[in-house]
Order: sequence, then structure tokens, then C-alpha cells
Amino acid sequence: MLYRIVAHKQLSDNVFQIDVDAPLVARARKAGQFVIVSSDAASGERIPLTVAGADPEAGTIRLIFQRVGKTTAAMADIPVGGALGYVAGPLGRPTHIEKFGTVVCVGGGIGNAPLLAIATAMKEAGNRVITILGARTQELVILEDEFAGLSDDIIVVTDDGSHGRKALVTEPLKEICSRDPRPNLAVVIGPTIMMKFCCEVTKQFEVPTQVSLNTIMVDGTGMCGGCRVEVGGKTKFVCVDGPEFDGHQVNFDQMMRRMTAYKELEKREMEQYQKHRCKIGLK
Amino acid sequence: MIVDSQERYLQELLDKQARGELKAKDRYAIPPQDMPVQDGVERRSNMSEVALGYTALQARLEAMRCLGCANAPCVEGCPVRIRIKDFVAEIAAGRFDHALAIIKENSLLPAVCGRVCPQEVQCQERCTVGKKFKDPNMSVSIGRLERFVADLASAGGQTPQVAPSTGKKVAVIGSGPGGIVVAADTRRAGHEVTMFEAFHKPGGVKVYGIPEFRLPKKIVQEEIDVLEKMGVKIVCNYIVGRTRTIEQLMQEDGFDAVYVGVGAGLPKFMNIEGEYLVGVYSANEYLTRTNLMKAYAFGQGADTPIAAGKKVAVLGGGNVAMDAARMAVRLGAEKVYLVYRRSEVEMPARIEEVHHAKEEGVIFCTLQNPQRILGSEDGHVVGMECLRYELGEPDESGRRRPVAIKGSAFVLDVDTVIVAIGNGPNPLIEQTTPGLEFNKWGNIVVDEGCRTSMKGVYAGGDIVLGAATIILAMGQGRIAAKAINADLAAKKLS
Ligand SMILES: Cc1cc2nc3c(=O)[nH]c(=O)nc-3n(C[C@H](O)[C@H](O)[C@H](O)COP(=O)(O)OP(=O)(O)OC[C@H]3O[C@@H](n4cnc5c(N)ncnc54)[C@H](O)[C@@H]3O)c2cc1C
Ligand SMILES: Cc1cc2nc3c(=O)[nH]c(=O)nc-3n(C[C@H](O)[C@H](O)[C@H](O)COP(=O)(O)OP(=O)(O)OC[C@H]3O[C@@H](n4cnc5c(N)ncnc54)[C@H](O)[C@@H]3O)c2cc1C
Ligand code: SF4
Ligand code: SF4
Ligand code: FES
Repeated sequence: MLYRIVAHKQLSDNVFQIDVDAPLVARARKAGQFVIVSSDAASGERIPLTVAGADPEAGTIRLIFQRVGKTTAAMADIPVGGALGYVAGPLGRPTHIEKFGTVVCVGGGIGNAPLLAIATAMKEAGNRVITILGARTQELVILEDEFAGLSDDIIVVTDDGSHGRKALVTEPLKEICSRDPRPNLAVVIGPTIMMKFCCEVTKQFEVPTQVSLNTIMVDGTGMCGGCRVEVGGKTKFVCVDGPEFDGHQVNFDQMMRRMTAYKELEKREMEQYQKHRCKIGLK
Repeated sequence: MIVDSQERYLQELLDKQARGELKAKDRYAIPPQDMPVQDGVERRSNMSEVALGYTALQARLEAMRCLGCANAPCVEGCPVRIRIKDFVAEIAAGRFDHALAIIKENSLLPAVCGRVCPQEVQCQERCTVGKKFKDPNMSVSIGRLERFVADLASAGGQTPQVAPSTGKKVAVIGSGPGGIVVAADTRRAGHEVTMFEAFHKPGGVKVYGIPEFRLPKKIVQEEIDVLEKMGVKIVCNYIVGRTRTIEQLMQEDGFDAVYVGVGAGLPKFMNIEGEYLVGVYSANEYLTRTNLMKAYAFGQGADTPIAAGKKVAVLGGGNVAMDAARMAVRLGAEKVYLVYRRSEVEMPARIEEVHHAKEEGVIFCTLQNPQRILGSEDGHVVGMECLRYELGEPDESGRRRPVAIKGSAFVLDVDTVIVAIGNGPNPLIEQTTPGLEFNKWGNIVVDEGCRTSMKGVYAGGDIVLGAATIILAMGQGRIAAKAINADLAAKKLS
């Protein structure tokens, strides 16, 4: 099986979208699921990426990824016609989709990619979808058009005010949660720190909240336990029990510490989220 | 020269045997042949196999120690009933290919079993020679002999014959030892066989768990190569239950029989404070990162990192714990502690592994058990608080129950903790296969033919037995393949 890249698009400075031949995954995948991929079958790292979309007819899946380290950098460099080392999946439990009423979808940074599939499915199930997209600055806002097309309402915020409102996602989220009637569900996907603060908001307003966790993974099948998090006081494996969980039950602080396991990565991760942390922390 | 004198010794023994004068006491007098090993210090810094294998001369001398007991009690101890007495006699006579042929009647993977079977609680436990000396270490080294003939042959190795096509399709889920045996045996019967593996490399625990220094990956690869030559189709990166369900395989993809050999791949944790700290690994994660993903070569061709601890504690006393501890040594740890709550005699690990671990400098902390793992401000492991234990009354397992000594708490200075206290069954198949019966521990329920509650679905190995052994998984693979072949033949007739 050759996991050939059939389309390649750069969405922003560091965000890429590729369509890859993976017919079985394309047929089986549901919103909320992910795949494990590697840039190189012989020596590459196994990394999890959400299936952002799929074309079962053509047998392709869409991956949207941020270039953060070696594997994603190598993937960004593979041209159309080239191939990934492998694609395994789909993995994880699919999102529970039903008609809840009003669903507010909050995406931060690359979190927009996994969110898109879920928002689409929520809309198809007859929900009213309100989308909040947040990013540091304008060029990091990805997939805005796609969200605009499916949402009943869309709010874009940036840290620096270069696009949309100058705010953090928690601000419009708070406003929407204070409306009467309250939204029936919130789906929040983004940097861990953002999910943590969004959950604090929705908890205040008692709006049930789903988050999608992006812990470090190896196998993605429940074999290694590397992806474990504490949810409601119990050990859960994100790859088989998740990746989605009740955000009000997740021990985010502990998860953030675990995500710093590999020192090199720690630095990069921190730089990236530091700004958010300080700002949100001040509120 | 020593070799010359050894050769003369063997010749004398053979001559005596030819004259019908070789007595049991002559055989008892033959010293057990030691296995040459890599130097204990040198091997701390390489991944190469530790045990180097017998020479032909050593193998024949060792084989001469066998009494050829009429009732051959050793055979009863072998889960797959290899005709031990007969193959050992062939080795003694120097007919190594005959010996291999005898082993292969019952075991497809002698190079593996010879290396990793817990012989001292199986075949060698029953051996009359060991009994005579009241020491299982004095038994005929059946496993080493098996390994010897297997290694000789693996250089060449012929592909088994395949019967004409039956037009039936068999799916094998999981490429562990059980799956490999099922694939080979059903393919030989002429069925079209596809093996599905979740990982990107086939082989099961033998590639992701058991390290190179104990079982070279080349041996596993050779087994896989033989399967491919026989025409077995191997599909990696395919997670049954997610990519396709068992029902889809049977209803839509036309498989007539499915063997489930997905192993026991769900690591248990201690559920103590501090288990989420950075630096706490399951042995599965630690070994997968290093074996399968080759994290020891991080930055030099491999992309998967591992935090190489300087002071490592491994929790547990089985083979998995030994492998993790010895791997930590090789990744450059200065101190490796093996923390086990019972005493050394209760350790389930193979004696040879315990012995090798000690030689490599692993520090054994028996009758100790962690209470909690201590972390720094930023969430990294900085120590492990343990209690000392003593052995009390026997428990349900018949082993004496360890009892904590009051006020004995102390802190072990470590930066990495590897939890190797066992694996439960992976729940993925259970979650995605309605109608398949599992017991309350999550193991698949099978009959004596390894048939499950679903028609056409068979299972074996760790998913049935709980975390067991390679030879038991192979034994079940044999049984399941026999049932599949019989059931498919019957189906054709009906
Ligand atoms: C279920 C799930 C879905 C995901 N979906 C997406 C997605 O759709 N798009 C996307 O861009 N990213 C996604 N991620 C995150 C993505 O897996 C990591 O960005 C990727 O592993 C980085 O690999 P790298 O080699 O390029 O970088 P590295 O150099 O390995 O690491 C750089 C950064 O990535 C994080 N990271 C490293 N290894 C992993 C790992 N195995 N799992 C998660 N994070 C890791 C580190 O914390 C670090 O900050 C998802 C993660 C999970 C668990
Ligand atoms: C570190 C370690 C050391 C050990 N040492 C010894 C030893 O010295 N001697 C000994 O006898 N035994 C030892 N064992 C135990 C032995 O390895 C197992 O008992 C044996 O491998 C079980 O075989 P199995 O056929 O059940 O398959 P396994 O070897 O467990 O392989 C199962 C395979 O199925 C795949 N799989 C799982 N789920 C799916 C799915 N849904 N779809 C597709 N594929 C799937 C897995 O990726 C895996 O490759 C050790 C185990 C470990 C972990
Ligand atoms: S397969 Fe294992 S138990 Fe059987 S004879 Fe060989 S080493 Fe002994
Ligand atoms: S029990 Fe020991 S001595 Fe007797 S036949 Fe078996 S291996 Fe030989
Ligand atoms: S990634 Fe290994 S258990 Fe989840």
C-alpha cells in the first residue's frame, strides 16, 4: 500500500493541508477520529493527526497539520506524488453526534482542523452551530471560510487584533454562555491551556463541554499507556478511551506537565503557549 | 588445546556408546556445557545478543548428558510436546538436520523458543538429570540445544510446501507467535491467508517488546519472510475493529475464518500517587520506544525520543521487568534498581534473565514496594518512596504473601520509574465485536479447539490465556489452525 499524497496546500506560514491515499481509512473514519502517520516507514516517529475530512469515493483523507517538529516538517516537504511512510487508522472513538440544539464550537490554532469535521457533522445533525475561532494573529486563523460556510454565526478573535476582535476566545465564549437560552453543548479544541480556561468558563454556566486531547502517543491502540490522562479521578488512555472527554473532568494541569516530557519539545511548546497563558491568567 | 581434549572426550563417549558400555554414571559425569556469552561489561553498551550459542562440539557433549529416559518426563513439561529425547539423541549423533526435523514436527519457531522459553519451569524442570542433582540448572539444556540446531539451519531454511488452493480465505489478526503459526498451518492446507497487523512492522511482542539483545530481530524477520514466501499476505497498519471490523471481514470481505491473536497489550499501572509524573513509563512504552522505534539511535537515524534516565527503578519481577531493566542499562543509566515485592525465588522471570541482569549490574531490591512517586515542582520524577516487606502466610497463588513492615518507609533516589507489573487484554476487539464472548477479565472464551462463541472466529495466545508465553501462544495457534482446517474442509463438503 502506497500512501500517496494527491494534493498539497499551504494554509499559513506553518500550517499545511494534504490529501492522502488511504482508501480504507477514508471509508471507515468518522468525525473525531485520528490516524497515526509517519513520514518515513523505516525510522520515522509515529505521530497522531486528526482526519479533518475524507473522500470515500476517491479513497483519500485530508490531514491538516502544523509544522512543529521533525516529522511534521518532513511531511510538509513531501511533494504531490510523493508518499507518507504509513497511515494507520482510523483510531479513537468517534464524536458522539446528535441533535443537541445549539452547539458552540471553539477552535484555537491548529485545533480548527479537528474541529471542522465535528462542526460539519453537528450541523448535518440539525444543530445550530456557533463557531469561535481564535489565534495569535491573522495569518494563523485557518479554515475560516469553511467554518463561515457551515456556521449559523461565527466570531473570530486574535490576540493582537489583526483580524476580528482583539480578544481571547474565552471572552466571546462567556458572552454566548450568558445568553438565554444557554447553548446545549460546547466543543473546544485547541492548545491545552486554552481548553482549560474555556472549560472554566463553561463550567460556571453549566454548559456541558467536550474537549479533544492531544497527548503524546506512540502506538495509538492502547498498548503503551503513554497517552494516559486523569479524567474524573480515573486513568484514561486518550487513544482508545478518547480523544474526546468531558472537559469538566479532565486534569489539565497534570496533562500539561506530561506533555513536556521531552525537553526539546517542552521549550517549543512553552514558547508557543506562554503568551496565551499570561494573558488568560491575568483575567 | 582444550577443544582437542574435548573432542577426544566426545569420541571416547561415542565409542563407549557404540560398544553398548556407556552407563548413566558416565553421562552424569559429563559437565553441563556453559553457554558462551558476551562479556558482562562490554554488553552494557551494545544491543547485540548476549548469549552466543553452543558450538557443535558443546552441543554434542551436552546432548550426551541425556539419559534417553524410557518415559521421557521432559516431554510432558513441554506445552507443544516436542519429542525431546529423540531430537537430543540426533544431536549427540551429529545428525543436526534430523534433530531439526523432529523439533519442527511440533514447533515452527525453534530459534525463538530455544531462546525465550521458560525452560526451567517447563521441559527442563522435569528432566531426570536435573532431578538426580536436585538442581534444575543441572538438567539437560534442552532449550540451548534447540536453539543450536535452529540457528544452524536458519542460514538456508526451506519454504514449507503449500497444498493446492481451496478457494477459502483465512484472516489472521495480529502477527504474534500464535498468529504466525496459524498463518503457516492454514496456508499449508491451501487456504488464502491474510495477516493483519496494527503496527507498521509484523512480529508482535517479539519485535516491540523483547529486546534485540535477547532475541535478534533478524530471527523474527526470517519467520515473516518464510510466511511471505509461502504466499501469506501481510497487511500492516491495519487495526481490526477500527480499519475494518471482524463482521466486515466476514460479511463483506469474504473471509471464511478469522483467528484473533491480538495479545495482551494493555499495561497495568500501580494506581499510586505520582504515576502521571514525567519519567514514569509503562514497560510497554519504554520497550516499544527503544525496540520498535529504536529510540537509542534518536537523532542518528531514528526520530522517536526517550528520556534516558540516570537512575532508574523498574517495578516487577517478570521477563518484562528484566528486559526493561537491562534496556535501561544499555541506554546509559548509572543505577538501575529492580524493585520487587516478593523475594527472588518467587520471581516469574527466566533464571537466565535474572542471572544476566545481575551480571550487568542491575541492583535487586526484593521485598520492597513503592508507596508513591515523588515529583519536582515541574512534574518530573525525583524519587520513589518505598516500604520494606516480609513474607507472611501463603496466598491463593500458593506463594507467601508479602506483608509491609510498619515504619520501614524510605526514599529511593531515582529520576525514572518503569512499571512492569503486567498487561491486561486490549479492549478494542471486545468494544467492536458484538456477539463475541469475553470473560470478566476481558479474555476471549474458547473451547478446546480454540473456537470462540462466534461461528468461524477462533482465538488464541495472550488474548485468551492472559499474559502467558510464546510457546503457549504457538501451541494454541496450532490447535486453532487444526480446527480451522477441519471446519473449512467440512464446510466444503456440506
Ligand atoms: C488525537 C490527536 C490528534 C491530533 N491532531 C492533530 C492535527 O490534526 N493537526 C496537528 O497539527 N497536530 C495534531 N496533533 C498533534 C500532533 O500529533 C503533534 O503536533 C505531532 O506529533 C508533532 O510531531 P513532530 O515530530 O513534528 O514534532 P516533535 O518535534 O515531535 O514535537 C513538537 C511538539 O509536538 C508535541 N508532540 C510531540 N510528539 C507528540 C505526539 N506523539 N503526540 C502529540 N503531540 C506531540 C510536543 O509536545 C511538542 O510541542 C494531534 C495529537 C493528538 C493526540
Ligand atoms: C517485554 C516482554 C518480554 C517477554 N518475554 C518472554 C519470554 O522470555 N518468554 C516467553 O515465553 N514469553 C515472553 N513474553 C510473553 C510473550 O511475548 C507473549 O506471551 C506472546 O508474544 C503472546 O503471543 P500472541 O500470539 O498472543 O501475540 P503477541 O505477541 O502479543 O502479538 C499480538 C499482535 O497483535 C497486534 N494487534 C493487537 N491488536 C490488533 C488489532 N486490533 N488489529 C491488528 N493487530 C492487532 C499487536 O500489535 C501485536 O503485534 C514477554 C512479553 C513481553 C511484553
Ligand atoms: S519448546 Fe520450550 S518447553 Fe518445549 S522443549 Fe523447547 S524449550 Fe522446552
Ligand atoms: S528427562 Fe532429561 S534425561 Fe530424560 S530424556 Fe528428557 S532430557 Fe533426556
Ligand atoms: S498511544 Fe499508546 S496507549 Fe495510547
